[in-house]
Amino acid sequence: MSDALLQIRNLRIEATSYPPGEAPRDVVLVDDVSVSVEKGRVLGLIGESGAGKSTIGLSSMAYGRGGVRLTGGTITLNGRDIRLADARALRALRGREVTYVAQSAAAAFNPAIRLMDQVVETCLAHKIMGRAEAEARAVMLFGRLGLPDPETFGKRYPHQVSGGQLQRAMTAMALCPKPDLVIFDEPTTALDVTTQIEVLAAIKEAIRDTGVAALYITHDLAVVAQVADDILVLRHGKRIEYGTTEQIITAPNEPYTQALVSVRSIEHVEKADAPAVLQIQNVTARYKGTNFDVLKNITLDLPAGQTLAVVGESGSGKSTLARVITGLLPPGQGRIRFAGRDLAPDLAARSRDDLREVQMIYQMADTAMNPRQTVGTIIGRPLEFYFGLKGAEKRKRIQDLLDQIEMGSGFIDRYPAELSGGQKQRVCIARALAAKPKLIICDEVTSALDPLVADGILKLLLALQAAEGVAYLFITHDLATVRAIADRIAVMYRGEVRRYGTKTDVLAPPFDDYTELLLSSVPEMKMGWLEGVLDSRKMEAAGN
Amino acid sequence: MRIPISALMGMFFTGAFFLAAIFAPLLAPYGMAEVVGGVWDPASSTHLMGTDAIGRDLLSRMIYGGQTTIFVASVATILSFTLGSVLGFSAAVAGGYVDQGLSRMVDLVMAIPALILALVILSVLPVTLTVLILVMGLLDATRVFRLARAVAVDITVMDYVEAARLRGEGWAWIIFREILPNALSPLVAELGLRFIFAVLFISTLSFLGLGVQPPLADWGGIVKENASGLVYGIPAALIPAFAIAALAISVNLVADWVLSRTTSLKGGRG
Repeated sequence: MSDALLQIRNLRIEATSYPPGEAPRDVVLVDDVSVSVEKGRVLGLIGESGAGKSTIGLSSMAYGRGGVRLTGGTITLNGRDIRLADARALRALRGREVTYVAQSAAAAFNPAIRLMDQVVETCLAHKIMGRAEAEARAVMLFGRLGLPDPETFGKRYPHQVSGGQLQRAMTAMALCPKPDLVIFDEPTTALDVTTQIEVLAAIKEAIRDTGVAALYITHDLAVVAQVADDILVLRHGKRIEYGTTEQIITAPNEPYTQALVSVRSIEHVEKADAPAVLQIQNVTARYKGTNFDVLKNITLDLPAGQTLAVVGESGSGKSTLARVITGLLPPGQGRIRFAGRDLAPDLAARSRDDLREVQMIYQMADTAMNPRQTVGTIIGRPLEFYFGLKGAEKRKRIQDLLDQIEMGSGFIDRYPAELSGGQKQRVCIARALAAKPKLIICDEVTSALDPLVADGILKLLLALQAAEGVAYLFITHDLATVRAIADRIAVMYRGEVRRYGTKTDVLAPPFDDYTELLLSSVPEMKMGWLEGVLDSRKMEAAGN
Repeated sequence: MRIPISALMGMFFTGAFFLAAIFAPLLAPYGMAEVVGGVWDPASSTHLMGTDAIGRDLLSRMIYGGQTTIFVASVATILSFTLGSVLGFSAAVAGGYVDQGLSRMVDLVMAIPALILALVILSVLPVTLTVLILVMGLLDATRVFRLARAVAVDITVMDYVEAARLRGEGWAWIIFREILPNALSPLVAELGLRFIFAVLFISTLSFLGLGVQPPLADWGGIVKENASGLVYGIPAALIPAFAIAALAISVNLVADWVLSRTTSLKGGRG
């Protein structure tokens, strides 16, 4: 292993945390982690949030974000230890030998500067090549990454290209100065599945063609299985398992890795048809001040006590549909029937029972709970508001609800900031449940959570449905989630329902073009899946 | 939580000023309007700060003057905050025409310099403490309205406010239970600054003769009464000026601390 490009040995990373009301203390973020990357190979770093993946990634250019300190071990890049290198040496190193691709390209580009100037900036700053040469290389990379009109693409501003294109432009920026190592930090996490597959393929091809070594950081094992040669599984800053991609995917040793591999394998048998609790009839809607219909003639039924999954990529109108049902956005045309009665189009005109029986759970549990209210207040308010419960009776019911969401009574006086991501989402579920609703609208409720935590939430939702008979309108872009929870599926694209029916019907061929694209874009946890999909798409394109 | 030394000093002096104002009748050695000596007697053991233009004890007038100044400024600030933040929050929550109406009205008032507007109003109305407080409170409420609305607009788009609306909560719950607790820290920091502006404002008005009316003492008025003494080298007018500056600085030190505590990079408003 002496020819390793990057070698990290016994790395220890610490930071100081400042818990409110307590003395500052040091926390260990990464403990005794060793990895090595050889030239031309890709190492995948995988783990849930807080596992230290990004911290390790950044440490390979001897950088610690926000007061993070690299306190132990060695980081050897190109044969020299860079952990304690001075600022001057690091400046020469970063951009020349190591480059970085961030998760949110939209936030990483300067919106006021043309893409080309940003892409070649590193080359010019390090005097690696002249402007003409750098621009020629950038155009070559744009082409290789599959960007439209590579010659003129660089003349655009960041807001003039799509999210997927911006992410690829950032990859070009990282590859332009001919680095030895590129760090990809969740480059496809923020993208739609159909875009993700394109970016993933482009990145993989670019890595292969340029022969750089790469660190690929993600929380999605199925994604990393497509690009990485080796995988390091991390948890709480410690190494869980390290092996080749094939070994990790097919024969994981550690229980945690096994759980990651088998995640999303909830078996859910769709329920028999039942009378509809929610009927959306010919709904068309647009936002005030625009002349564009976000929803076009939507007609859907949701049987009582069942789950309708609404699937689509960003901009397909799924969240707008939720706003129309809740009355936040009165529809232009069409009507919504709920439990045998018409729902008023506008929230203000709805009765208290209408409001009580339709509840909502949000994607970001952080912003869905008032940070200044305790869990008890958050869950207790609907009880007080709708049922007039007070005092001991209310506390008892809050207790029951906390039991139902599998959280102990110790949480009742805590504030949201003291809860983990999964616990926050559970409290939001309890708040919705407190109103004894007939319908809960779940807007991407698991998207912001780590896979194992998301699994727990889905299981909880299924159990609650069985116990309470509540119907879910489940909005998501993730087809694995849909398989786990849906009884019926509606596939939305640009404000229209492309496909609607029971789960077995929707997920069985023959497909329409969009559903096929969507279904085939969901990464599967096996090696070579990416090539397989791309090949079959090419063959189809050739056949047409 | 360690309180920085500057904030501690600020708290100490602010506290001292307020205590002196509250217990003025107990602390003042002479009556407020009592003539006890000659014109502009120098400082002595019986008159620690000397006497003023008509022979009243300056220390006693300073203490009583502080009471009036601080009382008027405090009540005006409370009035402006109550009115400004409730209206600002309402504008943010209601949006649409209500927001437009209120905001444009506030713009209109803010377009006229506050001092000139106050002088015009006070030259028409009888100048009593109540009228002074109302005029100052209403004028200052426009500034508070701006801040409260800006802070609340950020909060009303949060999902928890939407959740409260979906629950069917009324206006009062949304403003006082969802928004107010989250908007409190920037407002409290602003409170300190606004109080100081109020002190300066009432002092300015009194100095111009349209504020607190004699024989009632207040700091701006004491400056005015003794200003002509400066020509003869008598420092009586400088003492209230110094008191105003000292109060302003000490309250600001506390406000700065509150502000820095609530706008840290990590916690945000948390």
